[in-house]
Amino acid sequence: MPFIPHTKEDTQSMLDVIGAKSIEDLFDEIPVELRAKPLENVPAGRSEMAVNRLVRQRAAEDVQPLCFIGAGAYEHHIPAAVWELTTRGEFYTAYTPYQAEASQGTLQLLYEFQTMMAELTAMDVSNASLYDGASSLAEAVLMAVRANRKSKSKRILVPRTVHPTYLKVVKTITQHQGITLEMLDYDIDGGHLNIDTLPSEPGDFTALIIPQPNFFGVLEDVDALTDWAHAHGALVIGVVNPMAMALITPPGEWGTEEAGIKGADIVCGEGQPLGVPLSSGGPYFGFMCCAQKHVRQMPGRIIGATNDLDGKPGYTLTLQAREQHIRRSKATSNICTNQGLLTTAATIYMSLMGPEGLRRTAANSHANSCTLTKQLNAIDGVETIFSRPGFHEKVLRLNKPVKEVLSALEDRGILGGYDLSAEFPELGNALLVCVTETKTEEDLQHYASSLQEALQETLAEVSA
Amino acid sequence: MSNVPNELKYTKTHEWVRTESDGSITVGITDHAQELLGDMVFVELPETDATYTSGDDCAVVESVKAASDIYCPISGEITSVNEDLADAPETINTDPYDTGWLFKLTPEDSGEVDELLDAEAYLELIAEEDH
Amino acid sequence: MSPEFTSGIKSNQLIFEHSATGRTNGAQMVEDVASASEIPEGLLRKTPPMLPEVSEMDAVRHYTRLSQKNFSIDTQFYPLGSCTMKHNPRACNTLALLPGFLGRHPLAPERFGQGVMACLWELQEILKDVTGMTAVSLSPMAGAQGEFAGVAMIRAYHDANNTSGNKSERSEIICPDAAHGTNPATATMCGYKVREIPTNTDGDIDVEALKEVVGPQTAGIMLTNPSTLGVFDRRIKEIAQIVHDAGGLLYYDGANLNAILGKVKPGDMGFDVIHMNLHKTFSTPHGGGGPGAGPVGVSERLKPFMPIPVVGKDVVGKDEGSFRWLTETDLPQSIGRLSAHMGNTGVLIRAYVYALLLGREGMVRTADYATLNANYLMARLAQAGFDMALPSRRATHEFILTLKRQAKDQGVTAMDFATRLLDYGFHAPTTYFPLIVPECLLIEPTETESKETLDAFADVMKTIQEEADANPELLKDAPYTLPVRRLDDVKAARELNLKYSPAKD
Repeated sequence: MPFIPHTKEDTQSMLDVIGAKSIEDLFDEIPVELRAKPLENVPAGRSEMAVNRLVRQRAAEDVQPLCFIGAGAYEHHIPAAVWELTTRGEFYTAYTPYQAEASQGTLQLLYEFQTMMAELTAMDVSNASLYDGASSLAEAVLMAVRANRKSKSKRILVPRTVHPTYLKVVKTITQHQGITLEMLDYDIDGGHLNIDTLPSEPGDFTALIIPQPNFFGVLEDVDALTDWAHAHGALVIGVVNPMAMALITPPGEWGTEEAGIKGADIVCGEGQPLGVPLSSGGPYFGFMCCAQKHVRQMPGRIIGATNDLDGKPGYTLTLQAREQHIRRSKATSNICTNQGLLTTAATIYMSLMGPEGLRRTAANSHANSCTLTKQLNAIDGVETIFSRPGFHEKVLRLNKPVKEVLSALEDRGILGGYDLSAEFPELGNALLVCVTETKTEEDLQHYASSLQEALQETLAEVSA
Repeated sequence: MSNVPNELKYTKTHEWVRTESDGSITVGITDHAQELLGDMVFVELPETDATYTSGDDCAVVESVKAASDIYCPISGEITSVNEDLADAPETINTDPYDTGWLFKLTPEDSGEVDELLDAEAYLELIAEEDH
Repeated sequence: MSPEFTSGIKSNQLIFEHSATGRTNGAQMVEDVASASEIPEGLLRKTPPMLPEVSEMDAVRHYTRLSQKNFSIDTQFYPLGSCTMKHNPRACNTLALLPGFLGRHPLAPERFGQGVMACLWELQEILKDVTGMTAVSLSPMAGAQGEFAGVAMIRAYHDANNTSGNKSERSEIICPDAAHGTNPATATMCGYKVREIPTNTDGDIDVEALKEVVGPQTAGIMLTNPSTLGVFDRRIKEIAQIVHDAGGLLYYDGANLNAILGKVKPGDMGFDVIHMNLHKTFSTPHGGGGPGAGPVGVSERLKPFMPIPVVGKDVVGKDEGSFRWLTETDLPQSIGRLSAHMGNTGVLIRAYVYALLLGREGMVRTADYATLNANYLMARLAQAGFDMALPSRRATHEFILTLKRQAKDQGVTAMDFATRLLDYGFHAPTTYFPLIVPECLLIEPTETESKETLDAFADVMKTIQEEADANPELLKDAPYTLPVRRLDDVKAARELNLKYSPAKD
C-alpha cells in the first residue's frame, strides 16, 4: 500500500478503540446507493520503478530544439542553487504560513521577496505573489476599479499591444463586474501606443494599462502615457517584464512631476523570468506592486514585519481582513493561495544575481536580440517592422507565410519564434523573435543561416 | 459587562446613535461591538456629502481577524467623519461613545430615530446573543 | 554560544543585511555589454534596485537557515483540517523536474509536447473517473480559480439556456454558513448575490431552510460533502433534487475529496460541476502557500463551457493517437482562459505521477485510512476528555473538537492550545474554522500518518489540558521554543511595515 504505514495489527487495534468491526463500518453514514463502482479508468497501481520508466520516456519525447520563442515566457539561465534550495523539504512541504510562529522561514523569505519586487519596480509595496502574469493583470483591473473611487465608469483603456492571451484572461475573470475594456490601436510604424491616439475629449476613465515592454517587445512612451492618465483622473496599471526592470525605467518612476503624481499606481506582471524554468507553461507566478495609498485594495497575501512578545523581530501575514477567509462575499478577491514555491525560487534567484547580475543578464539579452536582428535584416525577404527600440524581442516581416518558415526552421533544430499572423493579420507575415543571454554567437549564426535556407526552401516549394 | 449608556439609541447591528442639540446625528459602534471585534487596526469611513438610506453599508471597521460593515442607522447626508481614527483606530476600543465616534449626518427624517432600540432593549439583545 | 549568533552572523538577519556594496557572485555574471544598448538614455534605469549583493555561499547559508525556521510535512505532523497535509512522495517531484518537461516552451509546437500532453490527457481521464464527471479541464491554477471557473460555467449555462435570448435572471448562489470563505467570494466575483443557509445541530444542511430560499432566482448551490464540519451530508440526493427542481445547478467544492476517493463519486451525488484541489487529495506540495492546481470536472450539460485549453486526443485520421490543445475553436462557448498557458502544468505532472503510484486500489485505500485515522484520533481525544462538536456522528477524514468549555472555565482558547502544540513539535490543527463552531480545532490527520504519531498527538493534547488545569497562563504565552514567541498581529496591521529599508546613519 503506497504511503500508508499501517500494519494489520495497527488497523485492528485502532478499530477496537473506535468500536468498529471494519474500516467499511466507518462509511455507514453514506447512503448505500451512492457508493461508487470500481474505478475502471484508473490504472492499477504501479511501483515507483515502473512509473519512473514510463514518465522518463514521456519527458524524453519533449526535448526541444534551440528556442527563440518568447511571447511571455523567457528562457534564462537559472543558477543551480536556486532549485536545490527551493526543493528543500522545509520549503517544499510547508503549508501557507497562517501559523506565523511555525513559518518564520517562509514569512521572512516572502518579506524579502516583497522588498525585492518593490525595489525592482520602484513601487512602495508588493504583495506575496498571485497565480501568473495574465491573471495578475485581471486582478490589477479589478483592483483599479476599487481603488479609483473618483471614477464611476469602470472604463479601462487597453492598448492592443498588451499580450493577447492576457487580454483573454482579463475578459474571463472580469466579465461579471460591469467593466468596459476599451481597446486602443497601436502605431503601425512604431509598434507602440501613440499618445496622439488617446481620447482627446475629457471623460471618466478608470485606468490605463501600459505594457513595458509591450507584446511586440517594443518599449512604450511610458512618461507621456502616465502623465496623460493622471491628467485624466485615470490610474496607471503597468504590466512589466521584471527582468527588463534591471535595465529600463521602472514604473515607480514613470511620468513627470507635471501631472502632480509620478509613477504608476499598480504594477503587475509575469515573474517567470526570475528563476522559473519554462516548464511547459507553469507553474509560474504573478506579482503585484502598488502605491502605498492603494495597499488595502491589493489582492493576495501580504507579509508584514512585527515583534514577538519579547520584542524580537518577526514576520506575519497582515491585512488579512481583506481576504476571502474573513471577508467572504466582500473580499477583494477569492484568491487563497499564492505561488509560494515560485516566489521562493525568485527570491533566491535575485539574491544570487544581485543588481549587477540582473542588469548584465538583461543587457546581454537586449544586445543578443539586436545582433540577431541585424543579421536577419541582411537576409533577402526579412525586415524589421517597428522603428521604436525594444528589449529582447523583435517583430520581423517575412516574404513567406510564417507557418511554413517555422516548420522549415524546426527541421533545422530551431524553434524560430511566435507567429503573429493570426492575431495581428494587419502586419502580414509577422514573426516575433526572442533572444536571451542563453544564446551564443554560434546559435545566432545558426539561426540566421537557417532562416536564409528556410526562406529559399519555401520559395522553391511555392514555385514547384 | 458592556457599557450601554441610557441616553443613546441603538441598532440591532450594534451601532449607537446620538441626536445632537442642532438636530444632527452622531454614529459610532457600541462597547459590546468593539469587544467582539477586538483591537481595531483600520477604519474606512464614508465620504462627506454622500447620502445613504438606513440599512446601507457605509463604513468598515477592521480588526486583525475581522472586518465588519457599519450600516447607516438613519437615512441622511454625511456631514463629517472622524478623521482622527485614521491614525488612531484604537480610539474605538478605548472610548467608543465619545472620541471613538465614526461619522455625523443630517437626517432626512428625524422621526427615524424613535424606531431604534433604547438602552434597555439593546441590553436584552446582547444578553440573548451571549446565550 | 549566544543564541543570537550562528557562524558569525546574526541568526535573524535579512539577506539585505549580509549585503556589501560591490560584492558579486561571479559565477552568474555574463559579459558586460552595456555599450551595445540601443535603448535611448531617457528609457534607461538611473539607479540600480537595492537587491542583495552577496556571495553564493552567503545566499545558500541564509536560505538554508530560513528553511529550518519552518514547520513542514517533511519534519512535523501537520493535522491541519481541510488542508490534507499528507506525505508528498519524492518521485512526483523528481519526475516533474525532468529536463524534457522543464525546458519545453509553452508555445512550442504540439509535436514537441506529445510527452507532457499524454500525461495531462491521462490525468484528465483519471480525474473524470474519480469524480464521475463527463469531462475535465486542468487549466485552473488553484482551488479558488477552479471555483471561479465552476460558477462562471453555471452562469454561462443559464445565460445560454435562457429562452428569451437575454441573460438569465437567476441572481443568487446558495452557500451553507459553514462554507469555505472562497465560496461566497467566488459567487460575488461571478456577479451573484450570496444566500446563506444554516446547518442543523447534527451537522447536515437544514433542508427546510433550503426549500425556503430556492426559487426561480436560484442559479445554484455550492457545497462540500463531506462538509467542512467533517461529516457526510446524508440528505445530499434530496438536496440535489430540490435545487435541480428549481432549475439551479450544484457546485461541488472538492476540498474534502480525500475522504471519499473511490468510495463516492460527486457526479453520482447529483453535482453538475466540481473543482479538485490537487495539492490536497493528489499530494502535490503546498510549497509554503502554492502553487496549487484546481482542475474542474463537469457534467454533460456544462461541457461546452469548460475553461480552455483542454487536452484532446485525435481518434481518427492521419494524426490518430496524437494529442492537441482544444481551444476557442473547439469550444466556442467556453468561459475562456484563466492563465497565459496551460495552468500549473508542473503541478499537474506531480499529481499524475501520484495517481499512477496509487492506482485504483490505492485511491480507495487512501479514503479508507484517512477515515480510519480521523475516527481513531477522534476516539482517543474523546477518551482523553475533550468535547467533540458532533459527538454522535462518524468522522470522515477530519473532525472538530471544541474548546468552548475550556475557554469559559479556564480562559484558554483554541489559539492557546494551537500555539502550545508547536512547543511539542506538532503543527497546530486549523483553528476557528468553520466559523459556526466556537473555539474549534479542525483536525485532519491524513492516511499517511502512523498510529504511533496519532497516539503521541493525543497524549500531548492531554498533557496540554493538564497544563491548562494547573496553570492556564503557561498556554497564554506559548510558544516558547520556536524561533519567535507569539507575534503581535495588531502592531503588524496598525504600523504597516511591508518591506525592508536600510537604517539611515
